[in-house]
Amino acid sequence: MIRYILRRIVYAIPIAFGVSVVCFSLVYIAPGDPLQTVMPPDATAETIAIVKHAYGFDRPLPMQFLIWLGRVVTGDFGVSIATRRPVFLEVSEALANTALLAMFAVPLAFFTGYVMGAVAGSFAGRWIDRVVTGAAVVGVSLPNYWLGIVLVIVFAVEYMVLPATGMGPSGSTAFNLAQWSNVQFLVLPVITLAMIPIGILARTTRAAVAEVRNQDFVQTLRAKGLSEWAVTRHVLKNAMPQVMAVMGLQFGYLLGGSILVETVFTWPGSGFLLSKAIINRDVPVLQGTILVLSLVFVTTNLVVDLLQSLIDPRIRRA
Amino acid sequence: MPLAEVRDLYVRFVTREATVYAVNGVGFTVRPGEVLCILGESGSGKSVTLRALMRLLPARRTQIRGSVTVEGQNVLGMPRRALRDLRGGLVAMIFQEPMTALDPVYTVGQQIGETIRRHTGCGREAARRRALELLEMVRIPSAARRLDAYPHELSGGLRQRVMIAMALSCSPRLLLADEPTTALDATVQVQVLILLRRLQRELGMGMIFVTHDLGVAAEIADTVAVMYAGRIVESGPVGQILNAPAHPYTAGLLASTVHGQSRDRDIDAIAGSPPDMRRLPQGCSFAPRCPLRMAECRFAVPEPRFPVRGHMAACHAVAHSSPATQAAVTPTVAGSRATISAR
Ligand SMILES: Nc1ncnc2c1ncn2[C@@H]1O[C@H](COP(=O)(O)OP(=O)(O)OP(=O)(O)O)[C@@H](O)[C@H]1O
Ligand SMILES: [Mg+2]
Repeated sequence: MIRYILRRIVYAIPIAFGVSVVCFSLVYIAPGDPLQTVMPPDATAETIAIVKHAYGFDRPLPMQFLIWLGRVVTGDFGVSIATRRPVFLEVSEALANTALLAMFAVPLAFFTGYVMGAVAGSFAGRWIDRVVTGAAVVGVSLPNYWLGIVLVIVFAVEYMVLPATGMGPSGSTAFNLAQWSNVQFLVLPVITLAMIPIGILARTTRAAVAEVRNQDFVQTLRAKGLSEWAVTRHVLKNAMPQVMAVMGLQFGYLLGGSILVETVFTWPGSGFLLSKAIINRDVPVLQGTILVLSLVFVTTNLVVDLLQSLIDPRIRRA
Repeated sequence: MPLAEVRDLYVRFVTREATVYAVNGVGFTVRPGEVLCILGESGSGKSVTLRALMRLLPARRTQIRGSVTVEGQNVLGMPRRALRDLRGGLVAMIFQEPMTALDPVYTVGQQIGETIRRHTGCGREAARRRALELLEMVRIPSAARRLDAYPHELSGGLRQRVMIAMALSCSPRLLLADEPTTALDATVQVQVLILLRRLQRELGMGMIFVTHDLGVAAEIADTVAVMYAGRIVESGPVGQILNAPAHPYTAGLLASTVHGQSRDRDIDAIAGSPPDMRRLPQGCSFAPRCPLRMAECRFAVPEPRFPVRGHMAACHAVAHSSPATQAAVTPTVAGSRATISAR
């Protein structure tokens, strides 16, 4: 088992490297000149060349990459072109804000989606399965920015019970989880964010549970005299690796922050930061954000792999 | 008192598209310590009959009629709780595919222990000790180590031994074995068969053993029931059935095995194929393939006839003997146990 863990970690290193190459070059593949937005339109060619040199944009790409990577490894992501603040600060603040949403959206989505899917899968073909499956389809198909706007109209505009946008009452500096005046700002974005993962997870869990229930060993369990509940425990454990794979993806998605949802609620998270960086062509911020988010994905995948192999010993052999 | 008694068992699977008439009036008796072999082609309803003895069929799509009693208890009528005590306790089952019949994500020791705890209420430690004893009883080499193995880490033969250990863990009185050796290599088949028979004798269990294989039946059975299209077409002591079959279907089966084809293949020497279980012919189901077919075979399902005391054949071409002997469908057959050739 220890050897398996080490092997998986070693495998993750080239993936992380590949990811960094991709996000470094993605920015150059996209059209548009990063300096365009910060330079006054009447800047002379000379000035442009000086700025370019200062940012290192005049070197060959592989060199730029290596220099960038060398600094990134030491935690130096450069300085934002738009705000002149260190990218590291920008990204970590945004990530912390998104993590705040994820902290609530992940348990909400995982618990609700899993329970719905497990119930539907255990009663596959019955009315409760149809109800859950129908609800899951609705959850997946609702565009979440639209849902967010509807929730804002209903709860913030019509009934005025919850705030529409932002992270706290004006003037508050730190987010205090113990205070409703802060926490109320979480409610609508968390619900909006959780909706699609709930639908996806419910469907995956339903499919996995229903499939496992049809396997031969379930009949053996019944023949042993186990109760339906005990049989269900076996079924759920067998379905877990498949469910966890999807949970990992959704975890990454929620931690990555949704550009649309964070924009609707003006939540200063990583999605919001990303969209700002795209609009401003803020290359260092873009690179830093994408890299950090990708590494979050790679790490999540690694953890999911290890958890899966803990549950299903057959995975360890592969 | 018979250990298990099945009377007039009918099983139908009803779905929106079709109704499958899987079992159509099956009856037999198993006495304590007796081995009944159910023989028949694929799809003849052997597994369904066996599952009905534990009411293991999917409740929603299945219609069961008739009576099934085990040690005087009415299996088809008992409440779910009592049924769960019966399953794995009084009656245990071994399945055909040891590969897929065990839960892949639990160790062998956990799976056996779970059954023991369920039926005896003992603790984890005691269950583990008992599981170890059982693995030793089924002759699994280095049993202590294998207790913590997962099913995929064992060979097919070992897995089937684990299945047997699990089935025997709560000392059942009746063991149901659904083609327990079919999925194994030929040499392993023989070992598992010898093991099963030894344990069955030592523990004095009754056993119902389903197989395609007449050779296996000859080695293990006291009595034999031959199934065709959901009915028992012939039954009686093993020596009688295998040496002097009365039903043309059994005779065909025997003729096709004599030619020494591989054991796990279906018997295909009889011309034609088994009937569609959704649309059974009106009369004798075997009539379309039968060399002795007569006019009445097409219209009337043949009544049981008894050419010899205790030997039943449901065929219009078989003559009745005196009606007084019809009572005993499955007699005890002292001395006629076929013996497995020495290892
Ligand atoms: N759950 C089910 N739903 C619908 N039909 C079924 C079900 N189980 C079995 N059948 C049908 O019942 C008939 C008898 O099946 P059964 O499994 O008893 O055959 P068998 O004699 O055990 O054959 P084999 O030697 O292949 O195991 C078959 O036609 C099968 O398709
Ligand atoms: Mg079968």
